[in-house]
Amino acid sequence: MDSGILIKNGNILRFSKGKEQKADILIVDGIIRRIDRGIEGGSHRIIDAQDCIVAPGLVDMHTHLREPGMEHKEDIGTGSRAAVAGGFTAVFCMPNTAPCIDNRSVAEYVFDRGKEEGLCMVLPHGALTLGQKGEALASIGDMNACRAHVHGFSDDGNPVSDSEVMRRAMEYARTIGVLVISHAEEKALSEGGQINEGYYSTLLGLQGIPAEAEEIQVFRDIALAEKTGASLHVAHVSTAGSVRLLREAKKRGVPVTCEVTPHHLSLNDSMMVQYDTNLKMNPPLRSEKDVQAVLEGLADGTIDVIATDHAPHAAHEKEVEFDLAPFGVIGLETCLPVVLSSVVAEGVLKMGDAIRRLSAAPAEIMNMSRWGYVAGVEEGIAANLVIFNPDIEWTVDPGLLSSRSKNTPYRGARLKGKVLFTIYRGNVVLEDGGGTPAGNDGGLDMDRVAGPVHGEEKQKA
Amino acid sequence: MVFKARAKVLDDDDISRITRRISHEILERSKGSRELALVGVRTRGVFLARRLADLIEEIEGGEVEVGELDTSLYRDDVATNRAPVVGSTKINFDLSSKRVVIVDDVLYTGRTTRAAMDALMDFGRPKVVQLAVLIDRGHRELPIRADYVGKNVPTSGNEKVKVSLVEVDGIDMVEIGEDVEK
Amino acid sequence: MKEPDNGHRHLLSVTQLDRGRIYDLLDSARSFSEVLSRPVKKVPALRGKTVANLFMEPSTRTRMSFELAAKRLSADVVNFSSGGSSISKGETLKDTGKTIVAMGVDAVVIRHKSAGVPLALTGWADCSVINAGDGMHEHPTQALLDLYTMREHFGKLEGLKVAIAGDVDHSRVARSNVHALKRVGADVLLVGPWSLMPVEMEELGVGITGSMDEALNWCDVMYLLRVQLERVRGSRFPSLQEYARRYGLTTSRWSGLQKKPLVMHPGPINRGVEIASEIADEVEVIIANQVSAGVAVRMAVLYDLLGGDNG
Repeated sequence: MDSGILIKNGNILRFSKGKEQKADILIVDGIIRRIDRGIEGGSHRIIDAQDCIVAPGLVDMHTHLREPGMEHKEDIGTGSRAAVAGGFTAVFCMPNTAPCIDNRSVAEYVFDRGKEEGLCMVLPHGALTLGQKGEALASIGDMNACRAHVHGFSDDGNPVSDSEVMRRAMEYARTIGVLVISHAEEKALSEGGQINEGYYSTLLGLQGIPAEAEEIQVFRDIALAEKTGASLHVAHVSTAGSVRLLREAKKRGVPVTCEVTPHHLSLNDSMMVQYDTNLKMNPPLRSEKDVQAVLEGLADGTIDVIATDHAPHAAHEKEVEFDLAPFGVIGLETCLPVVLSSVVAEGVLKMGDAIRRLSAAPAEIMNMSRWGYVAGVEEGIAANLVIFNPDIEWTVDPGLLSSRSKNTPYRGARLKGKVLFTIYRGNVVLEDGGGTPAGNDGGLDMDRVAGPVHGEEKQKA
Repeated sequence: MVFKARAKVLDDDDISRITRRISHEILERSKGSRELALVGVRTRGVFLARRLADLIEEIEGGEVEVGELDTSLYRDDVATNRAPVVGSTKINFDLSSKRVVIVDDVLYTGRTTRAAMDALMDFGRPKVVQLAVLIDRGHRELPIRADYVGKNVPTSGNEKVKVSLVEVDGIDMVEIGEDVEK
Repeated sequence: MKEPDNGHRHLLSVTQLDRGRIYDLLDSARSFSEVLSRPVKKVPALRGKTVANLFMEPSTRTRMSFELAAKRLSADVVNFSSGGSSISKGETLKDTGKTIVAMGVDAVVIRHKSAGVPLALTGWADCSVINAGDGMHEHPTQALLDLYTMREHFGKLEGLKVAIAGDVDHSRVARSNVHALKRVGADVLLVGPWSLMPVEMEELGVGITGSMDEALNWCDVMYLLRVQLERVRGSRFPSLQEYARRYGLTTSRWSGLQKKPLVMHPGPINRGVEIASEIADEVEVIIANQVSAGVAVRMAVLYDLLGGDNG
């Protein structure tokens, strides 16, 4: 028997059990061999998980890793490091790259690059339409059949505005058996908008993005999913009205799931008064009333998943006039602590439920068994784990984050809960809350930079 | 900081006698009240100028023009206790060919007087400019000397002279003391 | 708004001023107005200081007003405008800010089409910043000069009934005026179609009506906003003709009034749209007064921010 890893004294979070269980975990050959009390050390590497929770590695079904094409913001290497620093062992990345992921060769490129980095699973979502233009369907079937096994399809920040195109896309997706992910935004209503429409947009003189821009498309896509029978997943739900629509749709049995971001669970639009572009994202931070509504939606199960919408942008792109700054904030490395403080500590979800929304729930929606991935802590399955101490407090210093971009909305925030170890396929990919062993040094790898750094990319999300 | 008085330098009778004397002196040197104008430096200099003008009119008859100057816009020293509001300046008469007496309560470094003269020049070209003060406490930083002095009060640098006038403070008196922590 | 702390004083928004500070500035403006009536209209108060006018959006009157105000205080003035400066060469605002300050500027007066730029500039430029209009956000000195004009006309501001008519949504002037008027205890009624009103404006303590007649019968001051055709995206109202008929100060409305309100306008006027040409002629004295008050008010603001030991 090769020597493996022995995780001692952790509180193990197993979905098969009611609550955390104090036990040791023995990992050999990348597989969880034994979960028991008092396992002897032997020649194994021992990780002391005293006071920590040992949970399934987190799964993020909504990130932007910017490769290929925008490596000055992030690449699959830095994005993977940010992921494992946040406790994620699998991330799905959106197709708005350059070129965009609308065919099998780009999908396979991203998939292969993820494997090459080897820190976590990197799985691409595909574009729903060619070039995310909302006109002709992308090669959904080919992307699904290729070695990347693309399962989620979305035009993300450029949502399909033509309802006829959306209808046919859903019908086609149903045939292939894949998921349509909707970034719900009626562009005619949100065009030019900068922050949530409401008291603060009025006070600050910034054009508003009304809640209805989201809700109208949530309604449309629910209606089309109901009609076509396609599986629909609504990304980053941010308004009370969207939660209400989704709650009703689920009650009727419409095949729809949805997600919320940590920032929409913890921040509101009153924080925009400093015109901080690091708080500018789409959908925007909403009113406190909306924040309460998404928390309720999370509590009652309307919202299935917590996903980061990690959207890196370079400092020079964010340090501009507010209305010229791109939308998006990074979120991989702050996700778990924010959820612990805004969701678990506030009693919205129990620890186990919160972790489920961050792991097993997205894994199930994304049909990850296709890749042989199981989000859980059980004997006999691959060891994809996160070990975190829920009581350690730390202050967010953007300079210390692994992501190449530093556009976090939590700059200077005091967060409780720290990821200490991430284990991917039995390898320790995050050591003691600090550096990652593999990959490059985080600097920009010029060999991989494709396209001009100052190019005019249209980055929404 | 609050002002803590150590001694009273002048009482109301003293001030009354002084203003009367200075009005006579002004008349004597100006050879009458014709061409005479008094310009008070805000705030208390303005009231002193009005008193002097009333006295001169009482003695000589005729009317003496009185103006008001706010010197804050002309100061060369960085005011550490800059007033939140810039006071108004009112000189509603032609200065040229006038014998102007600048009236202030206390003459100290001379910087206020310098600022007052600069301000005055922006309104015209007086024939003569003179200076009348109630108290001269010394410590000049500029070559300025008063033409009419109510009382010379030798002071040290950290002492303060506080002038109170009925029009603003409800009482006429001059005290010497210092600012102390509350 | 929290006043940013870069060691300098700024005027970014009326919301940073309380009632007392507004009155202090108006009182000082009155003194500066006297300075402007002197034979020598210049005082040495800001001698040795340098003020940069950074106007990234076309504006003649506000820029001239600030320039004159600074010069009357003996400050040196440099002018940047987007056409002639490096901004058109792709330099970022952040670099522009740092460059200007490296030239030893004590204050930047900034006009920009993006809301929030003056606040952002306080983080990039080590000097005082004065907002001369940022997008649809605020135009604090305009509000101060409007209050000055109203105060000189009525002798008081408290309890004054002020109607603000027109495209409130796109108007930084309306926003600053609402903040300022509410702070000094005036009542404000906004006039116009809902399609020109920002959402939740009532939260600022103002009334809203679609009836110009109702407003005219109620108000002491009728403040007409310019219809900003260049800012109106999409269809906010059917036509200029219908706008003029329903929300404009027409001759028939004006002649029918028992008690005529003070008519104000931030300029430039669209004759025949928000105000009939004949009435514009009649009230142009007040509009001229607004303009001249502008220099005095801006002198008060510049002196307040740069005079004394805070410069």
